[in-house]
Amino acid sequence: MRKPEQELAEIKSMMERSTRFLSLSGLSGILAGTYALIAAGLAYAWVYYPNLPYGTNIELIRQEDILGKLLVTAAVVLLFSIGTAWLMSQSKSKKKAQKFWTPASKRFIQALFIPVAVGGIFCLAMLAKGYLGVVAPATLIFYGLGLLNASTFTLNDIKYLGYCQLVLGIISAFFTGYGLILWAVGFGVLHIIYGAMMYYKYDR
Amino acid sequence: MKGNYDKAFENVVRLRVMSILMVNEEYDFNSFKEMLDVTDGNLASHLKNLEKQEYIQVSKSFVGRKPLTNYSATASGKEAFQAHLEFLENLIKENKS
Repeated sequence: MRKPEQELAEIKSMMERSTRFLSLSGLSGILAGTYALIAAGLAYAWVYYPNLPYGTNIELIRQEDILGKLLVTAAVVLLFSIGTAWLMSQSKSKKKAQKFWTPASKRFIQALFIPVAVGGIFCLAMLAKGYLGVVAPATLIFYGLGLLNASTFTLNDIKYLGYCQLVLGIISAFFTGYGLILWAVGFGVLHIIYGAMMYYKYDR
Repeated sequence: MKGNYDKAFENVVRLRVMSILMVNEEYDFNSFKEMLDVTDGNLASHLKNLEKQEYIQVSKSFVGRKPLTNYSATASGKEAFQAHLEFLENLIKENKS
């Protein structure tokens, strides 16, 4: 018989590897944050420039052409972020000689994307009805809930990212004029901080 | 001493299979193979062994035309694994004091 400590460590590692998706790439978080910041910069330029004082110019977004541009930008950021995360996590699992497509990774994706997809559709409905001010808080809140939901199936640290997004979402629901800047903090800055932390902790 | 050293879990493959089934409702043959990195025959014989002791149960179904063999832990299997874990933990405690 081997040492009992080894035996227990073995059991623990099997339990974790079979239930949790551990190949989430930190670097892809940094990149996703960067895309979001670029998009927020563009949105800022379209919506507020040259009326620099920030905060109350919600009426401006009602112009059809700006709304269309914003939607396309958001879709591009979403696609790029998911694509980057997908590719980089795949190569990370290859490096660690683990399978990418396991029951654990499927559950992780399901847990994350059900709240996010529902939130996305909900936001489209709000846009269609003209409730523009609450779209930014709603994206933050649904994303935060998705992260929280998915944290059971991946590295636990993602839970704290989820909490932060939820707090930002609630704040921005009360201060709708600051939706864009809070959105940039949530999807941009927080992703970069989180990605960098994960990179130093697990990837190097 | 509390707990019980179970010969069934002396083998690493069987120990790993049981650890996985403790935290997953069910797990299929191919996923086991990928996770544990063992050959078909080796895995099959260990699974058969656990099945014979009634620690795990098998359910076969089809996904499209492909057969899918799912395994899950039985109540007595979970109990036996729990006892085995307790034994290991107590062993560590005793060695410390």
